[in-house]
Amino acid sequence: MQGPSGSAALLDCPNGVLRMAEQRQAAERPLSPHLQIYRVTITMAMSILHRIVGVALYAGTALVAWWLIAAATGPDAYAFFQSVAGHWFGQLVLIGYTWALLHHLFGGIRYLVWDEIVATSPKAADTITWIAVISALAGTVLVWAIVFSMRGVI
Amino acid sequence: MSASKKDMRTPLGRVLAHGSAKSGTGDHIRQRITALAMVPLGLFFVGLIVALTGADYETARAWLGNPLVAIAALLLVVAAIMHMRIGMQIVIEDYVTGERLRSLALIGNFFFSYAVGLACVYAVAKIGFGA
Repeated sequence: MQGPSGSAALLDCPNGVLRMAEQRQAAERPLSPHLQIYRVTITMAMSILHRIVGVALYAGTALVAWWLIAAATGPDAYAFFQSVAGHWFGQLVLIGYTWALLHHLFGGIRYLVWDEIVATSPKAADTITWIAVISALAGTVLVWAIVFSMRGVI
Repeated sequence: MSASKKDMRTPLGRVLAHGSAKSGTGDHIRQRITALAMVPLGLFFVGLIVALTGADYETARAWLGNPLVAIAALLLVVAAIMHMRIGMQIVIEDYVTGERLRSLALIGNFFFSYAVGLACVYAVAKIGFGA
């Protein structure tokens, strides 16, 4: 990062000062610590994952729109959607979408809790984060166990 | 008008690269309110997936045509559009550098969010009104 007026200001300087300024600019500046310098914690990993999952859900809304439009269009359009959704890859996407939704939902509830200045100590923050991670996984397993049992698969 | 030399800068030129537009708080609050709304609505949606997975066309139409299901679906869509538009905007503002590319990404974000949202609203309404 460089200030927008850095080089313009240097032009006004007499030669000697310019040389000094160049030297100063070349010197190592302290950088704000970033990802690679921190020990990985669950809250940090979840913060990153929350964003990635959010972006995935964003793209996934197109699939929801497709489903609803297919239902609104007619039997043929709906049958086509179902054939894609029923394919093993389609099922994988749907299971992944369910997990993403629950993960973002449970993970998101943490932020609402923290907004109330509750569970903000490192230990409590870790605890509710693990609860969110496990709830999302358990919820996904539960949902799809119900789905597969309704179909008589298990 | 006693326009000094300093006043010859345009208002845009004076504010560019000088911090926020002071309108972020609204989005911050909206993001939390829509999140709160989507806690029950999101769980409802997961339930709807379970109920309708593998269901035939007539069954799906009957469920989506139910006024309570349709209204919950519409509420979810409206909350989701706002939430995803703000969320993606934050991601773009954090990672997309370069003024033009960022502007295009933000515009694209608006287009995608509202196009998908309105498509969902139209579909649910069409089923609900039985057309």
